[in-house]
Amino acid sequence: MEESSKVIHAIYTDDDVLMAAVKKVRAERYHIEEIYTPFPVHGLDKAMGLAPTRLAITAFIYGVIGLVVATVMMDYIMIEDWPQNIGGKPSFSYIEGMPAFVPIMFELTVFFSAHLMVITFYLRSKLWPFKEAENPDVRTTDDHFLMEISAGHNIDEQFDILRNTGAVEVTLIDKAH
Amino acid sequence: MYTISNRLKTFSIILIVLGVLGVAYGFMTSHKSLEEVKIMLADDGHGGGHDVPTEAHVVAGVENHADNTHDIGAHDATADVDQGVHDDEHAAHVQERLAKRPWSAMYVAAFFFMMISLGVLAFYAINVAAQSGWSPLLNRVMEGISAYLLPGAIIVVAIAVGSHYIGHHNEIFIWMNPEVVADDKLIQNKSSYLNIPWFLIRAAIFIAGWVGYRHFARKFSIAQDTAEPGDKSNFKKSFRIAAGFLVFFIYTESIMSWDWVMSVDPHWFSTLFGWYVLSGMLVSGVTVIAMVAIFLKSLGHLPLVNDSHIHDLAKYMFGFSVLWTYLWFSQFMLIWYANIPEEVTYFVTRIEDYNLPFFGMLVLNFLFPLLILMNSDYKRIPWFVMMCGVLILVGHYVDIFVMIMPATVGDQWFIGIPEIGSILLFGGLFLLVVFSSLAKAPLTVKNNPFLKESEHFHY
Repeated sequence: MEESSKVIHAIYTDDDVLMAAVKKVRAERYHIEEIYTPFPVHGLDKAMGLAPTRLAITAFIYGVIGLVVATVMMDYIMIEDWPQNIGGKPSFSYIEGMPAFVPIMFELTVFFSAHLMVITFYLRSKLWPFKEAENPDVRTTDDHFLMEISAGHNIDEQFDILRNTGAVEVTLIDKAH
Repeated sequence: MYTISNRLKTFSIILIVLGVLGVAYGFMTSHKSLEEVKIMLADDGHGGGHDVPTEAHVVAGVENHADNTHDIGAHDATADVDQGVHDDEHAAHVQERLAKRPWSAMYVAAFFFMMISLGVLAFYAINVAAQSGWSPLLNRVMEGISAYLLPGAIIVVAIAVGSHYIGHHNEIFIWMNPEVVADDKLIQNKSSYLNIPWFLIRAAIFIAGWVGYRHFARKFSIAQDTAEPGDKSNFKKSFRIAAGFLVFFIYTESIMSWDWVMSVDPHWFSTLFGWYVLSGMLVSGVTVIAMVAIFLKSLGHLPLVNDSHIHDLAKYMFGFSVLWTYLWFSQFMLIWYANIPEEVTYFVTRIEDYNLPFFGMLVLNFLFPLLILMNSDYKRIPWFVMMCGVLILVGHYVDIFVMIMPATVGDQWFIGIPEIGSILLFGGLFLLVVFSSLAKAPLTVKNNPFLKESEHFHY
């Protein structure tokens, strides 16, 4: 168990070098725990073998919820509870007056989809206000890229591989303080 | 280098021949004598003997029409003398509408295919002017499709004016008929704009500008192929004329949509009609680019076009479909809400007499693309994009149909032999012109500064 709390941090200064390194490390069958980058690196998720995001599916579901909420809300407000004569439009039937409600249906669809998607994204990435940053090295917010690999039995060999992929700095970190 | 296969050539020629037969059939059956029309109306009025769907439709329409303008007695065989006069007027009216049907059917199909190539030309110019990196691999496809613009636009204008000069009282644009204008104060006020010479001059300006741009864009594009490495002069020229063309286009496209589409209802007008027609033409154009690209790729002619290019085109199909819906709805909602008689009559006719195509096209042009093309993965599957493209094209044909037909044939519409014949005729011509043009130059551009980026484009 002692072994598993140890990780190796390899630091890169270029995203292309990092991409090549990710492929090499995965080919050597080492497990990449996490990568910290100053900006989103295109294609990194695929190179790391992360499962595709399901955020789009949630966005669709939230949009549908927004559409339903808008429909039920407008039906209650404008038809059931307090019908009003606006421009002589039918105030007794939702479907006949629907063109007037379409903008609201559209807006609430977008509103629900956008806001709930952002909130889902934050929850899923374990982000919330006042949360302490997880970056192990502040330089990853500037111009360095950090790859975190779980340390195996042969740490020296791992060090060699990482140095060969162009890492400018390789360190062994014990996470269990 | 692509060469048009004999099979494709034969196929388009067969389409054209079938189309000509269909159109000819339409013309031969459309001119009925007043007596025949009366018998038809009387038969329909008694509600008997509808063995073909065409007649069933006519019946539904005629009854509506009768309810609107005359009373129910119009159908009564034992009508009094007054009613008899009404019957005559009504029959003459229906007779004119029947005579207009083959012309209108040709016009809708001709405009639809012209609109596709014009939309493609505009989309091409946008990509050139924006110096987009993903599109150069598709430049030749777009240039090829826009080759139909010259014949297509000339055919549209020829049908518009021809329907006035050939035959009697069967013009698509009633403002061309002096007898109608003589009784119509509103059209008289507009006649300084809506008259045949000025209509033709405007059409000539539009066509000259569009086709002129297309000619030079194509010329510079081919010249860039053989340019010295590092020589970008032709690329720069094509950028400059694209930017200039877009300014010309956005004005002329708007005016064209008033002239060639909106003025079929000369009493009615909508200020965003130009945008509405533009969005329809862009979505049909992009759809056809995707379909032609997928077709050529399946023959192995566009080896460098990858899934991401198809994905991008499908995204545009999705996006422009939503744009079309937005503009369609903006036009509809304001008119529906304001409910001013002279405006709302446009939609009343369409909802009453064209209920199925009017709402059906909303499903085809909005709901299907929205639901089918929303998923990212589906946009990368060629056959999927192809099927969705067919739906979108059908939807936009119906859109044009619903723009033109209510003003010309009114409730006497049907999508039958004249309409399908016209689609086959101009569809065949479109295929022949487009693929002959595609065969005239290599399908992949060379020496375009963005070519590398396009080759490596991936999403």
